Amino acid sequence: MDEILSKESSEHPALRQGEAGTGRSTSLAAPRFLRAVGAIAWKDLSAEFRSRELFSAMMVFSLLVILIFNFALELDISTRRTVTSGILWVTFAFAGTLGLNRSLSMEKDQGCLDGLLLAPVDRAAIYFGKAASNLVFMLIVEAIVLPVYSFLYGINLFHPGLVVVILLGSIGYTAVGTLLATMSVQTRTRDVLLPILLFPVVLPVLIAAVKASSAILAGDDPTSIMPWVNLMLVYDVIFIAAAFMGFDFIVQE
Amino acid sequence: MERAVIEVRNLVKRFSGKTVLRGLNFDVQPGEFVALLGPNGAGKTTFLRILASLSQPTLGHVRVAGYSLPRESAAVRMRLGVLSHMPLLYGDLTAQENLLFFGRMYGVKELARRIDEVLVMTGLSARRDDLVRTFSRGMQQRLAIGRAVLHDPEVMLFDEPYTGLDQDASLMLDKLLQTVAAQGRTIVMTSHDLARAEDLATRFDILSRGTIAASTSRKQLGRSNLLAFYKKTLAA
Repeated sequence: MDEILSKESSEHPALRQGEAGTGRSTSLAAPRFLRAVGAIAWKDLSAEFRSRELFSAMMVFSLLVILIFNFALELDISTRRTVTSGILWVTFAFAGTLGLNRSLSMEKDQGCLDGLLLAPVDRAAIYFGKAASNLVFMLIVEAIVLPVYSFLYGINLFHPGLVVVILLGSIGYTAVGTLLATMSVQTRTRDVLLPILLFPVVLPVLIAAVKASSAILAGDDPTSIMPWVNLMLVYDVIFIAAAFMGFDFIVQE
Repeated sequence: MERAVIEVRNLVKRFSGKTVLRGLNFDVQPGEFVALLGPNGAGKTTFLRILASLSQPTLGHVRVAGYSLPRESAAVRMRLGVLSHMPLLYGDLTAQENLLFFGRMYGVKELARRIDEVLVMTGLSARRDDLVRTFSRGMQQRLAIGRAVLHDPEVMLFDEPYTGLDQDASLMLDKLLQTVAAQGRTIVMTSHDLARAEDLATRFDILSRGTIAASTSRKQLGRSNLLAFYKKTLAA
């Protein structure tokens, strides 16, 4: 044991290849940022694919919601078409909240948030890593919910435009959601606090997503859809930039 | 005299109107192993969290490994290994995956080889592919040491590392901490376990009411008892 450690202190590659001023085990800042984002996303996905805690909760909840709506509303075919985008986005938003809460509370409960904050990387990398994994979970749930919904409600949801809208809406939702979940997870009332904080802030992207989805499903002209798509794009960019600049302040004690 | 690895001047920390640290001064020379002792609520963990850049000072000046906090916190974190009573590990990842993850976060070169070394050092090579949630508390703490030394830090902070460990696990942790200390790393450890602190540390500082109330080295302590020194300090 001693031999290994004495060897380590003299020959450890971190000592030989390190950069002055930034630490002994360093690489350049930008690749390190991206590597940290990738490492966090990889860690979340690996842990989740093994435990399936978060994914199961989101999936079961989503399927139950569309099932309940299916039996509760008993709609004719034309009405179904008009309510589809609303039901879908309500399902995605609630399931997403469930996932966001769980994703961050697992870090907090195991004390791992401190482990992440101790890493010598820009703390925005932690945000982007968590947001990326949250986005992947949400997209997987959506990819399963869409065909199930199509089958239950007898509506064809396979439109390329709808995929783009769902992607943009989900990016906006997870961008804001990850930021607010990081704030709420540090409070005692985190489970109730996240939806209270999140839904008012995410309302513009949800409205835009519902309107754009409805227009696509109704076969409307692309010119009537683009303002909503642009709104989602602007929203995504603003909140990603805000998170990049403000995440460090949020995780400060 | 070499420049101190840790320099703290007039450190004040306030939480919602309550002052936890009151003008604390603290220096640690390279290679010292300082046991930071004190009653519950003395501010030991708060102080360590400030040194680890997890919390910001309200007032005062803190330098670790030549870098100022909080301004140069990333550079400090690169040179810092932290071990607390929480292992800071992911239960749904294997031992190897945990080290792989933290190695990537720290940008450790030749990571596969380094992980092998750390697993040998912690005696967990045979369990490298087992999920951490199947580990005993003692094994988790050994792996946590592996995580903390993975990037070869020059300063290590141990916050109550023996909490929740049984006798055997504590003895194994003793050996690991001695090995880590023998490499010339600078170590600050908080503990309620005076006997263990006496065995491991080279200097003993008593933190009371938000300041360092007394400090003595192993040499100065001589044949007198650390417990007697501790009680006398707190009674004063």
